[in-house]
Amino acid sequence: MDVEILSRIQFAFTVSFHYIYPPLSIGIGLMLVISEGLFLKTKDQRYEVLTRFWVKIFALTFGIGVATGIVMEFEFGTNWATYSRYVGDIFGSALAAEGIFAFALESSFLGILLFGWNKVSPKVHFMSTVGVFFGSMFSAIWIVVANSWQQTPAGYKIVGEGMEARAEITDFWEMVFNPSSVERILHVWVGAFLAGAFLFISVHAYYLVRDRHQDISKLGIKLGLIAATVFSFVQLFLGHMSADGVAVNQPAKLAAFEGHYYTDHSADLYLFGWVDQESKEVYGVKVPGGLAFLTQFDFDGKVDGLDAFPEDEIPTQINAVFQFYHLMVGIGMMLIGLSVLGTFYWIRGKLFEQKWLLWVFVFAVILPQLANQFGWFAAEMGRQPWVVYGLLRTSDALSKAVQADQVLFSLIMFTFVYTLLFILFIYLLNKKIKHGPSDTHLIDHRPHQQGINDFFSE
Amino acid sequence: METFLGLDYPTLWFLVVGALFSGYGILDGFDLGAGAMHLFIKGDQNRRIALNAVGPVWDGNEVWLVIGGGTLFAGFPVFYATLFSAMYIPFMLFIMFIILRAISIEFRSKEEMKWWRTMWDVSYSISSGMIAFLLGVVLGNVLKGFPLDSNYEAIEPNLLMFLNPFSILVGLTSLALMMMHGAIYLTLKTEGKLFDKVVKMLEKCMIGFIIMFGILSVFTLIFQPHLAERFKDHPTLFFLPLIAILGIANIPRLARKQKYMQAFVFSSLTFSLLLILVAVQLYPNLLIAPNDPNNSITIYNAAASQKGLGLMLTIAAIGTPLVLAYTFIVYRVFWGKVKLDEHSY
Repeated sequence: MDVEILSRIQFAFTVSFHYIYPPLSIGIGLMLVISEGLFLKTKDQRYEVLTRFWVKIFALTFGIGVATGIVMEFEFGTNWATYSRYVGDIFGSALAAEGIFAFALESSFLGILLFGWNKVSPKVHFMSTVGVFFGSMFSAIWIVVANSWQQTPAGYKIVGEGMEARAEITDFWEMVFNPSSVERILHVWVGAFLAGAFLFISVHAYYLVRDRHQDISKLGIKLGLIAATVFSFVQLFLGHMSADGVAVNQPAKLAAFEGHYYTDHSADLYLFGWVDQESKEVYGVKVPGGLAFLTQFDFDGKVDGLDAFPEDEIPTQINAVFQFYHLMVGIGMMLIGLSVLGTFYWIRGKLFEQKWLLWVFVFAVILPQLANQFGWFAAEMGRQPWVVYGLLRTSDALSKAVQADQVLFSLIMFTFVYTLLFILFIYLLNKKIKHGPSDTHLIDHRPHQQGINDFFSE
Repeated sequence: METFLGLDYPTLWFLVVGALFSGYGILDGFDLGAGAMHLFIKGDQNRRIALNAVGPVWDGNEVWLVIGGGTLFAGFPVFYATLFSAMYIPFMLFIMFIILRAISIEFRSKEEMKWWRTMWDVSYSISSGMIAFLLGVVLGNVLKGFPLDSNYEAIEPNLLMFLNPFSILVGLTSLALMMMHGAIYLTLKTEGKLFDKVVKMLEKCMIGFIIMFGILSVFTLIFQPHLAERFKDHPTLFFLPLIAILGIANIPRLARKQKYMQAFVFSSLTFSLLLILVAVQLYPNLLIAPNDPNNSITIYNAAASQKGLGLMLTIAAIGTPLVLAYTFIVYRVFWGKVKLDEHSY
């Protein structure tokens, strides 16, 4: 295998593995802000027990997220040197902004969130929780801005020619608010909220079917269900918005999402199907003209097919892009169904008797994770063969100084380390869940008297 | 070319990057150093105290590496791309140790079994030491330079080329400096018998660092004389190494008087002073090409656009006070000796 394919596999592998964790940190972060906020407001100790328990799970996901995240920052330089030179002006500034504005905020206050329970007053602790949550949200902003610029470049000019060419920034805000930024940030945020909410639901459903920590878990599962219901519907809307954006900004990607080969054919919307790339046919269940309707409110509308683009400017893996996109959408629908079902039983007062549904919830935690992964696969594979859409090809973005055997070495290293890491993560997560919240003997060592003013003047 | 306070943007950004890496050295330096000496601390209770001395802050410290890397990428993309792709294997090993260290801290105290804790103690200590060492190796190679072609790409880089005696010496000196810095930090966070033990270790670390620093200085003057040229050309600059030597000499003096906080300030200053020496010698080069000086990477041919640098200087100007404020608050909260509680590692 050559350097290009090895480097692509390595980046895809390391970034996918990393992306298990940040959505959990953002999503659990939101749930922590809610439950600790409710504790401060209601003084109901159950919320404090809930918060303390989830902080421990949060610590586990956050730590691994940080460690695996630094990898990407290095890989831009090690594996994608030409890309780094090309986009340094733009991508680099987004990355630097992420470090300074977001990462510093979350990592600093993380110390107080995890270890500061008995050091600061409940209010200061809550502010640290909010700080960490905001930090993780800001992180997502800058990273998605950088990625969105690769999808829909704006606010730049190209200087130099051939291998000397590079993008220079001309307008910072135009770069930040490039055509796809806002909708993609919202889409990513809500995907993360769903990952957190469903983990919350999963763990508390597990306690409920196992008849443990009933009191706390009834509270926890309700908080989770409210979040899941609200955000799964919001995600439907945001997902549609994102797809609309793709239709306008990256028509070749949209055509790949639906396996829409011929411009003059009806632009159908597939519920599921299989793309035969040889014969350029799609077999599956479809809504005739659905794609045209969703993008233009007209069943007879014309949507550019893959034939409208040069052969070397469309993705080669049409079927994979099609499948990942449809799996993401399908899972999104399942999340809506599950949330509504749970809420329905809750309102009827019968949720805790539905053992089967609680068991479904225990395992449903995997669904938002898969949807987040598949969504990114579709977005990134659908952008190929470009690394910066329309400007720089992935095959031109490589490091010239790197040999295939070097990348093979690091790929094997990552495979080994990450496998070990994942086994340990699951083992410890399972252990923490089995151990559960310590709802008895909650001794309060917190300095309740100390307010933020004493804290600074002391 | 646009200027601010009489300095052009690439020069300003060179100073920003230097300041960030010196901040990184000071902050992550002590937790890496404390990690490297972890195995010399005996007993589970003592090791937990040492681990929790850095527990609440190491993550925040590591942010400075991320920001430092980001500012290199953003400010000098050509340098960032050439250095990272040329030193592929060292950087990959560096990343592996960063991951290993993070999970060692995270997982160590999660189980009671002796083998579990010993295993993570070993990996925590080795990975901390290797990170400190590899940082020095990278710095050593940047100082030494390596062959570049006219597109500023490394010519046939290989691992052995980067493991040259000079870079290994810089790596060992970096490790020794961080261990001394970490030992001083631990004196501030420990008490009782552990404190006595740390004080003894500090003495060894100080001797170790001073010996390494001496060897490195002599080696540099003999085998890398180009690294002293700027000082020979401008004798007035000799006050800089003089200050650095006096500052370093002050550390054992303060330690003997048990003024550990002041000693910590001086070991922190050591990072800044040594990086200032590096910066004075390199400027305006970032990476010298010994094969052809025309191919050297400078802050001008590596820099992002004027517009980009201006923007990022604004970001840095707004962001740095914030980062310093967070850092201050967190250190303020965890000030004083370590007390283990149910939230500790």
